[in-house]
Amino acid sequence: MENLIALLVAAPLLGAAVLLCGGRRLDAVGHLIGTALAAASFVIGVVLFADMVGKDAEHREMGQHLFSWIPVEGFQADVAFQLDQLSMTFVLLITGVGSLIHVYSIGYMEHDERRRRFFGYLNLFLAAMLLLVLADNYLLLYVGWEGVGLASYLLIGFWQHKPSAATAAKKAFLVNRVGDVGLSIAIMLMFTTFGTFAFGPVLEATGETGEGKLTAIALMLLLAACGKSAQVPLQSWLGDAMEGPTPVSALIHAATMVTAGVYLIVRSADIFNGSPDAQLVTTVVGAVTLLFGAIVGCAKDDIKKALAGSTMSQIGYMVLAAGLGPIGYVFAIMHLVTHGFFKAGLFLGAGSVMHGMNDEVDMRKYGGLRKYMPVTFVTFGLGYLAIIGFPGLSGFFSKDKIIEAAFAKGGTEGWILGSVALLGAAITAYYMTRVMLMTFFGEERWRSRPTASPAEPSVEPAAEHHGEHAEPHPHESPRVMTIPMIVLAVGSVFGGAYFSLGDRFIHWLEPVTEHAHGHPPISALTVTAATVAVMVIGVGLAWLQYGRGPVPVAAPRGSLLTRAARRDLLQDDFNHVVLVRGGEHLTRSLVYVDHTLVDGVVNGTAATMGGLSGRLRRVQNGYARSYAVSMFGGAAILIAVTLLMRAV
Amino acid sequence: MNPVNYLYLASLLFTIGATGVLIRRNAIVVFMCVELMLNACNLALVAFSRMHGNLDGQIIAFFTMVVAAAEVVVGLAIIVSLFRSRHSASVDDASLMKL
Amino acid sequence: MSALAAYTTSTGEAFQFWVLGTVAVIGALCTVFMKRAVHSALCLAGTMIILAVFYLANGAYFLGVVQIVVYTGAIMMLFLFVVMLVGVTAADSLKETIKGQRWLALLCGLGFGILLVAGIGNASLTEFNGLGQANAGGNVEGLAALIFTDYVFAFELTGALLITAAVGAMVLTHRERTERAKTQRELAEERVREGKHLPPLPAPGVYARHNAVDIAGLLPDGTPSELTVSKTLRDRGQVRDVSTEALNDLKALEQRAEDRLERTNSGNSGNSGNGGKSGEASK
Repeated sequence: MENLIALLVAAPLLGAAVLLCGGRRLDAVGHLIGTALAAASFVIGVVLFADMVGKDAEHREMGQHLFSWIPVEGFQADVAFQLDQLSMTFVLLITGVGSLIHVYSIGYMEHDERRRRFFGYLNLFLAAMLLLVLADNYLLLYVGWEGVGLASYLLIGFWQHKPSAATAAKKAFLVNRVGDVGLSIAIMLMFTTFGTFAFGPVLEATGETGEGKLTAIALMLLLAACGKSAQVPLQSWLGDAMEGPTPVSALIHAATMVTAGVYLIVRSADIFNGSPDAQLVTTVVGAVTLLFGAIVGCAKDDIKKALAGSTMSQIGYMVLAAGLGPIGYVFAIMHLVTHGFFKAGLFLGAGSVMHGMNDEVDMRKYGGLRKYMPVTFVTFGLGYLAIIGFPGLSGFFSKDKIIEAAFAKGGTEGWILGSVALLGAAITAYYMTRVMLMTFFGEERWRSRPTASPAEPSVEPAAEHHGEHAEPHPHESPRVMTIPMIVLAVGSVFGGAYFSLGDRFIHWLEPVTEHAHGHPPISALTVTAATVAVMVIGVGLAWLQYGRGPVPVAAPRGSLLTRAARRDLLQDDFNHVVLVRGGEHLTRSLVYVDHTLVDGVVNGTAATMGGLSGRLRRVQNGYARSYAVSMFGGAAILIAVTLLMRAV
Repeated sequence: MNPVNYLYLASLLFTIGATGVLIRRNAIVVFMCVELMLNACNLALVAFSRMHGNLDGQIIAFFTMVVAAAEVVVGLAIIVSLFRSRHSASVDDASLMKL
Repeated sequence: MSALAAYTTSTGEAFQFWVLGTVAVIGALCTVFMKRAVHSALCLAGTMIILAVFYLANGAYFLGVVQIVVYTGAIMMLFLFVVMLVGVTAADSLKETIKGQRWLALLCGLGFGILLVAGIGNASLTEFNGLGQANAGGNVEGLAALIFTDYVFAFELTGALLITAAVGAMVLTHRERTERAKTQRELAEERVREGKHLPPLPAPGVYARHNAVDIAGLLPDGTPSELTVSKTLRDRGQVRDVSTEALNDLKALEQRAEDRLERTNSGNSGNSGNGGKSGEASK
């Protein structure tokens, strides 16, 4: 049974190889091969899962040693896999959601002539992510980590003819590099500290290691997680990553990529447990990102960017939970899984809407679409209810637990973190309701001018032109796209309940991550009530603002906060001023130093030597008599020296 | 008189010869000055021979003469061929090594 | 000659040393500072003869004689030959052309001399043995005994050196004739072909006061023509120009003749002084 583990990775990797090397001959069947191999990987995952469930909780972990990669004395790097409950969860999420997205992409990318290549990249993405979660040591995890970065680069920039897409891909790659440096430093630190980087020995050895070293490693791991999971301060790439095709966004946000950071933290739980400081930093990062993403999500008119802000915020919940230690790990993963369902569903729904609206992404040009795309409306709506934590749906269970755990952290920190999480829940409800209302309810703003809003005088000419250019004809997407959405919607609805009832998920993951029951200062029931209450408030506010009256087609100027949030809370401006300008100034000053000091020394030496030589060469005048003088003088000096030596 | 005076005379002649080599441009005169230096050495050697009471100094002086004779033959041959090709016996004219 | 072994020399030798030593130094200085090479050579020969005397005084009889025979007799004559070959009348300019060379040379010479003298003065040479015992069996015999025993190898080497020198001198000065010498007819034809000088070259020796071969003939306007002097002499720079005073003398002579003949002549027979070639001989 262990031998199947490698096949999990091998299947999509084979798909990527075949599709990318196969050439045009495979254009006709490329998408089918890619989907089939992703599904094959999922089937293998299910078989392994069934096998694992059949065993005792204690003996569920299994491993497969494929080959020794770098067998050097004192440095053993193996290509070996480890499949435990945590990895299993991820495998099922990745392959399951991934396969659904593959199916969806068949329809979504139907008219793209590079569809085969797209599926090759998708398979590569899955393979890299599976390698990441299945590796049994940090070095192999790093390989998968970089593979994910590469695949995301290729997919975000898939429509490379658009400069914005190419730039976004480059941005994602570069920002991720910063995190990758953190991971590589963490691995090096591990090697110097523990002499190995296999999960087992490293995590066992954390008990005897000083807190300082653990903190250093943990912070470096956190930096890596920030890069991949788009946490503050490395969050800026996520919004721009929406330039990729929508299935890619779904894949990045739900199944792969951004979950890698959470996986890394949970996988390294023992390291974080040994360093309260690093845990505190992790919770702070999570809390800040949670609010950051939520605020950005409120201001975006681009449906995908609003969802991207939402992802950032939800991942912030997970990182916050992971930073809480044993009381939070399980809930981080649980929220990750449920989020995988409903966020994938939401993105696929958004893709479906765009598919029917001529790739229009501005929600202000949507409205009243529920009549035209009922399936999308229902699935999207279920995902919406799940994410805002509507009681009974999956988001309700997982998010509620995280908020509870945040309060259970104890002390002032617990109160602050819990309040932030609650506030985040309210904002989530607000912006998701906003998306929902603007897209599926209200008047049909996509129709031509007269019906839009005659009361709006300051319509942008470009927008007007665009609106008249091609009036969209909203229609439901083909079945190949709606079926994955329906499946995901089912998951969004029942997943949380299934996991939570009887603490199934806790028991499932407990052998790997440990679990401690938190004891919040206020009763769990109160927390739940508060969560529901703030959710209702958020929905109500959004309805007041967007549900009652017409939504203007052109975005109003908005408050200072709104404008800042539209600009992603100035993240790019910050990066530009601090990093780009700073880098430029540093470079300039270095160039100046180079020109004046370094070149000065070099040129000065050269000039001095040149000048000296110019004077010395006059001595070489070619006259034998001159040379004779120097010989004679030398002889005189020799005599003088001889005499002096004798005298001494 | 102390025969050391011969040595003083020899060193004086040697110095005059050496200075002449440095000052004069005519290759023949330069050569003569070289001969003067050799002769000064010979005088010193002869004086040494007398001081030490053996004939080795004279032997060396004798060899010096032979070498000087050979040197003169070759040196003058060089001067003659130099004069033939350059119509000049000035050592400064043969400064072709200059850049 | 046993007196030579003494601690000090005889008064006679002291007298001889001081007188001849002075002359030798003067000779050496003249060798260096005489303008003409031939004078330098003569001064050097004189110095060498004095040195021969000193050798004799120091008990080196064989060397004294060899000095006269080989050095003064052979080597200096060789020098004179070469001086004649290169141009006996050529006088060197003692003007220094290399900047600072003279001062450097004098400085070095002075320092070197002082150092040598100081070195000799420093050495404890108060005792010496004299050659009485070494020369007891005769100077030449003593030398021969040494040369053919202890120094025989060096002696043989000097033989090789001399042979090499002789061959070297021949190689250096001998010029192989690579083509047949031109006949007189061919030379004449060549002259016609070139068309520069069909008639024979003009003769030298107008206003000869010396051996007229090296004095250029005058052209009608009074300027000397170098063509009239042999090419060898020209190459050596030994063309003796008609001196300015000679031309002035000539003019004066003509003037007097006119005066005597009471003839007024407006023609300009004078010639601007055109000498100045003599200084160029050092080329």
